[in-house]
Amino acid sequence: MRNKYSIFSLFKNALSYHENWQRAWKDPAPKKEYDAVIIGGGGHGLATAYYLAKKHNMQNIAVVEKGWIGGGNTGRNTTIIRSNYLWDASAGLYDHALKIWEGLSQELNYNVMFSQRGVMNLAHNLQDVRDLKRRTHANRLNGIDAVYLNTEEVKKFCPIINTSQDIRYPVLGGTLQRRAGTARHDAVAWGYARGADEMGVDIIQNCEVKAIKRIGDTVEGIETTKGFIKTKKIGVVAAGHSSVVANMAGLKLPLESKPLQALVSEPVKPIIDTVVMSNAVHAYVSQSDKGELVIGAGTDDYISYSQKGSHQIVEGTLNAILELYPIFSRMRMLRQWGGIVDICPDASPIISKTSIKGLYFNCGWGTGGFKATPGSGDLFAYTIANDEPHKLNAAFNLNRFVSGDLVDEHGAAAVAH
Amino acid sequence: MFLINCPYCGERDQQEFKAGGEAHIERPKQPTELSDDEWAEYLFMRKNIKGVQFERWNHAHGCRKWFNMVRDTSNDEIKAIYKMGEKPPTQ
Repeated sequence: MRNKYSIFSLFKNALSYHENWQRAWKDPAPKKEYDAVIIGGGGHGLATAYYLAKKHNMQNIAVVEKGWIGGGNTGRNTTIIRSNYLWDASAGLYDHALKIWEGLSQELNYNVMFSQRGVMNLAHNLQDVRDLKRRTHANRLNGIDAVYLNTEEVKKFCPIINTSQDIRYPVLGGTLQRRAGTARHDAVAWGYARGADEMGVDIIQNCEVKAIKRIGDTVEGIETTKGFIKTKKIGVVAAGHSSVVANMAGLKLPLESKPLQALVSEPVKPIIDTVVMSNAVHAYVSQSDKGELVIGAGTDDYISYSQKGSHQIVEGTLNAILELYPIFSRMRMLRQWGGIVDICPDASPIISKTSIKGLYFNCGWGTGGFKATPGSGDLFAYTIANDEPHKLNAAFNLNRFVSGDLVDEHGAAAVAH
Repeated sequence: MFLINCPYCGERDQQEFKAGGEAHIERPKQPTELSDDEWAEYLFMRKNIKGVQFERWNHAHGCRKWFNMVRDTSNDEIKAIYKMGEKPPTQ
């Protein structure tokens, strides 16, 4: 690697006051033609480019991004990683990603700060208990680590949770996936960008796609704010704006784009060393390495691209947080924001070919795409390179909305859509 | 968050309302003759427009009546509101 990061490079650069670090990726002008173009420079898009170059020997490719890389939902999510999904297809998909996460920092020579601090999902009523027990069994049959905890065990694992049976929605138990955890979201985009750039991938920022050109049912290239780029293969990884890009190609997708909000508190000393999620009362919380509480709120029910959510959504989440964690009652919230997520009717993603030859979509990750970043990139790269899906993403095709073979993961999508 | 002028109750806070998605999707007249593709189109495929969109809303915590709205989804600006069964505004 051109500029390998190590304790020695850190020491060497310290001698020159860290003013001579090489830039991590170039800033090229687009070429006239590429073998493939990825639309969207978030984690998923950059990972796709990285694996196309690394595993499928496609180095003459580009990633086009309308803003700056990692500036969209990659920088807005709550960084939770887990694979405890119910159905076999989802378990395969998300655990594939989790296995790549486990070696990602070494592979990229970039510290993505992956921390397997565990994710606990709480049950607040008898149906939750039944559902979570069922999910624990399903996970274990699929080789995914999962245990069911009773109320005392929940309290032992995370002592600040209010397990009093007098609260409105008492904690009756929960599941724990110990291999799950968090990672630094920006570092994932930057690590993949650096790795892809190293192999010759052009990362073109501030370049918005305006149109998708095609001849008959085959793609010809894209019209962008930096001119026309010819290509035979286009991979669209545009998250909340997937439908906008699909409309350029005359396609309709089964997606609705909605605002999803999150917020962080002022930084405090370590208080919660795991991730706790609660589907029923809609609250999840973890603590960043800077000490901020990272809290995820819900989606609004109307379609919007405004990146602003409703105040009552945040209020509802904080009510639930305070009931579960009375110790947070005097915390002050520092920042709050919204991102636009593309939600599929079955709460599962789409990694698929389309009816147009050379046009591929990776979308529909809804409220939970960050955890899948490495696996999504790997499988989407396979799909683009071979013009057919890998067996792990075969179920996540666009045709499932015609055949009816849906992958209903509303229960495992952690917070209700 | 915004104010919505319910055609029956007047201006109310948005949290009293429930969004009902894209408007003017007609239920197939002869469902038995529909192909799988046509069913998918009716049930799942959505325009999901960034810009001016026609949609349905319900005043769930008010009069509980349904009505239509024209709204710019890029900035949440409401352009028009009209009752169910009325013709959508052309401009």
